[in-house]
Amino acid sequence: MMIKSMLVAATALVAFGAAAPAFAGESLDAIRERGSLICGVNTGLSGFSAPDSEGVYAGLDVDVCHAVAAAILGDASAVEFVALTAQQRFTALQSGEVDILSRNTTWTLTRDTALGLNFAGVTFYDGQGFMVPKELGVTSALELSGATVCVQPGTTTELNLADYFRANDMDFDAVVIESFEEVNAAYFAGRCDVYTTDASGLASIRSTVAPNPDDHVILPELISKEPLGPVVRHGDDEFFDIVKWVVFALIEAEEKGITQANVEEMLGSDDPTIARLLGSTEGMGEALGLSEDWAYNAISAVGNYGEIFERHVGVDTSLGLERGINDLWTRGGLMYAMPAR
Amino acid sequence: MAVDTTVNSAPRASIWNDPRGRAIIYQVLVVGGVVLMFWYLISNTMENLQNQQIASGFGFLDREAGFEISESLIDFSAASNYGSAFLVGILNTFKVSVLGIAIATILGILIGIARLSSNWLVAKLAMSYVELLRNIPLLLQLFFWYGVITVSLPGPREAINPLPGVFLSNRGFKVPVPEAHFAFTMAGVALVIGVIATYVVMRWAKARQARTGQPFPMLAAGAGLIVGLPVLAWLLGGAPTTLDMPELGRFRFTGGITLTPEFAALLFGLATYTAAFIAEIVRSGILAVSYGQTEAASALGLRKGLVLRLVVLPQALRVIIPPTTSQYLNLTKNSSLAVAIGYPDLVHVGNTTLNQTGQAIEAISIFMAVYLSLSLAISAFMNWYNQRIALVER
Repeated sequence: MMIKSMLVAATALVAFGAAAPAFAGESLDAIRERGSLICGVNTGLSGFSAPDSEGVYAGLDVDVCHAVAAAILGDASAVEFVALTAQQRFTALQSGEVDILSRNTTWTLTRDTALGLNFAGVTFYDGQGFMVPKELGVTSALELSGATVCVQPGTTTELNLADYFRANDMDFDAVVIESFEEVNAAYFAGRCDVYTTDASGLASIRSTVAPNPDDHVILPELISKEPLGPVVRHGDDEFFDIVKWVVFALIEAEEKGITQANVEEMLGSDDPTIARLLGSTEGMGEALGLSEDWAYNAISAVGNYGEIFERHVGVDTSLGLERGINDLWTRGGLMYAMPAR
Repeated sequence: MAVDTTVNSAPRASIWNDPRGRAIIYQVLVVGGVVLMFWYLISNTMENLQNQQIASGFGFLDREAGFEISESLIDFSAASNYGSAFLVGILNTFKVSVLGIAIATILGILIGIARLSSNWLVAKLAMSYVELLRNIPLLLQLFFWYGVITVSLPGPREAINPLPGVFLSNRGFKVPVPEAHFAFTMAGVALVIGVIATYVVMRWAKARQARTGQPFPMLAAGAGLIVGLPVLAWLLGGAPTTLDMPELGRFRFTGGITLTPEFAALLFGLATYTAAFIAEIVRSGILAVSYGQTEAASALGLRKGLVLRLVVLPQALRVIIPPTTSQYLNLTKNSSLAVAIGYPDLVHVGNTTLNQTGQAIEAISIFMAVYLSLSLAISAFMNWYNQRIALVER
C-alpha cells in the first residue's frame, strides 16, 4: 500500500512536469473524447464504494459517478473506477489521473483552496464517531482518557481525534496504520480499545468486518462535522458546474417525487420545475453545455438521492443508517438543492 | 610525448575523427541533455503548481501539525509543528536503523559461523534459517511478526505477568524502570568513564603483551571497570531502589517503559531478515580465507576459537565489510516499510504530513534528502572502517 502511494506521488511528480497542457480547463473535452469518466473511489468501504462479488463497484459514492457520466455522456456505465487510498486520492486528482474524486472526502477549507480542489456539493453529512468493544463498558467518549485508538493516517479523522482529546484534557495512544484492512485487523485483534472514523464508516466496518457485530458499540458522541462530497480540480469551471448540478438534480428529484421508476412519465409533468429539470422545457441543459436530457439520464440511471441512500446505506441495508440529517430540508434534514432555473 | 609528436606531425584530422575530441563532444552533449531535462521538469512543475494555485515551498513546516505520534524520542504533541513531526520521524527511523544494524550484525555473524560448523544439526539449522528468511518478502514477514504479537498475546487485562512489574500483552512489553534519581545520573557518567577506561587499559595491555609477551587479565579488569564503577557510583549516591512500576489503569498500563508491538515487530523483522544476508556474507568471507591459514595457525598451537578470532576473521573482514555496508543501507531503507504496521518512522509521519498539507513534492524531497544523508553517512563510516582494517602489506 505504501509503495503504491509512493508510486502515485512519484507519478505525480512526473505528471506535473509532463502533462502540462491537460490542465487548461479541458476536463470536459477530455471526458467526451475518451468517451468515459474516470472516477476515483474508495478501495473498499461498504455502502459507499466497494467491489461486489463480481468486482463491480457499488455504493453511494459510485452512483454519483454513474449519474455524472449519464449526464455528460448519456451512458451511466461509461465510468472507469480507480480505487484510491486516503493518501493517494488528492495527488491522483491533481495530476489528472482521475477526473472526479468521489471517495467519502471531507470538505475543508485547506482542501478547497491550497490543494487546488473544488468541492461540488455534499452527498452525505457525516460525523466522526468512536467504536469500542462492548465488554469495556464504556458509554461515553469522555470516558476514553488513556485509551489506545486505532486510526487511519492522513485523514481529517486523525486531526479531529487529537483535537477532541486535547479539548477535553484527556490523553491517548494512537496506533496509526495506513492500510484499511490492517487497521481493521489491529482493532479486532485487540491492539486498540477504540476505533475511530466517520460514523457511517464505523457502521460499515461493524456490519461487514466484525467477527460478531453485537460485540461492538458505536458511542453516541459525534466529534466533528464531516460533509462528504464529490471533488474536482481547479481549472475547469464548466465541469465543476456540471458535477455540482448533477448532485442538486438528484436531491431536487427526490423533493419533487421523481424516481427511477416514474421519470419517464414525469417528462410529461405540468409542474414547471420538473419540466425544466427534466428538459421538457429547454434551457437548463444548454446553460450547462449538455444535452437537455442530462438530468433525465442521471435520474433514470441511478434514481433520486433518497433512492440511492436507501439502496446502499439505508435502514434495509447491512449498514442500517437512518436518514437523520441526510434527509431533505423539507423533512428536517440538510439536503437542499438550489433552484434549477 | 611520443603520442603528441605523431599527432602534431600528421595532417590535422577533423574533430569528429579525433577520438578525444569526439569524447569531449559526447560528454558535453550528455551533460547538457541531463541539465536541460531537469530544468524542463522543474520549471514545468513550478508553472503547473502555480496554474493550479497549489501553494509550494517549505513554509508549511512551521504550521501546527495537529496530529499525535505514538512514540517519540523528543517531546511532541498535537500542538507541535510539522517540522518537529518530521524530526520525530527522522529520529524514529534512526533509532530502528541503528538498533536493527547492531542486532542484525551480531545475529548474522553467529549464524554465518554456525553454517560452517562441523556439527551437522547446527549447520543445517543455520542453513534453514537463511533460506527461509531471505526468500520471503520482508513486508510479509513484518505483517507476520505484527500479527503474531497482536493476535497471540492477551489483552492488557489478562497480561502475562512473569515477574513482578513486567507485563507482556498485545499493547507491548512493559518493564519497570527506576525512578529518576541523582544516583542514576552519576551511574550513567560512571559507565561512560568505565568504557573509556577499559579501552585505554586494553590498548596498554595489548602493547605490553606485544612487547613482553605477558598477558593481562583483560576480561576481569574490563568487567570491573564497566560494571563496578557504575555500581560504586550508585552506592555512593545512596543506593535508591524505588521502581516506577507499571500499573493497570482503566485501559492501559501507566508507568514503566514500553516496547510497543509496532516497534518490536519492525525491529525484529528487519534484524532477522538482514541477518540472513549478513550470515551469507560472513560465510563467504570466512571461506575466502585459504584453509592453509587455519592449518598454519593450528600448527602454531592456537586453539580453535583463537584461530577464528586471531587469524581467520581479521582476514575475512576485508571480504565481508563492503557487501555488509550494502546490507546496512538496505536495512535503513527497508525501515520505511514501517508504514504498513504503524510504526511512526520518517515515511509514516511524512505521508501524514503530505496528506494533511498536500505538499507532495516538498515532503518527498525531504524523504529523499534524509535517506540520502543517512545512507551516505553509513557508507562514509563503513568506508573509513574498511580502510582501517584493510590488509597492511609488509
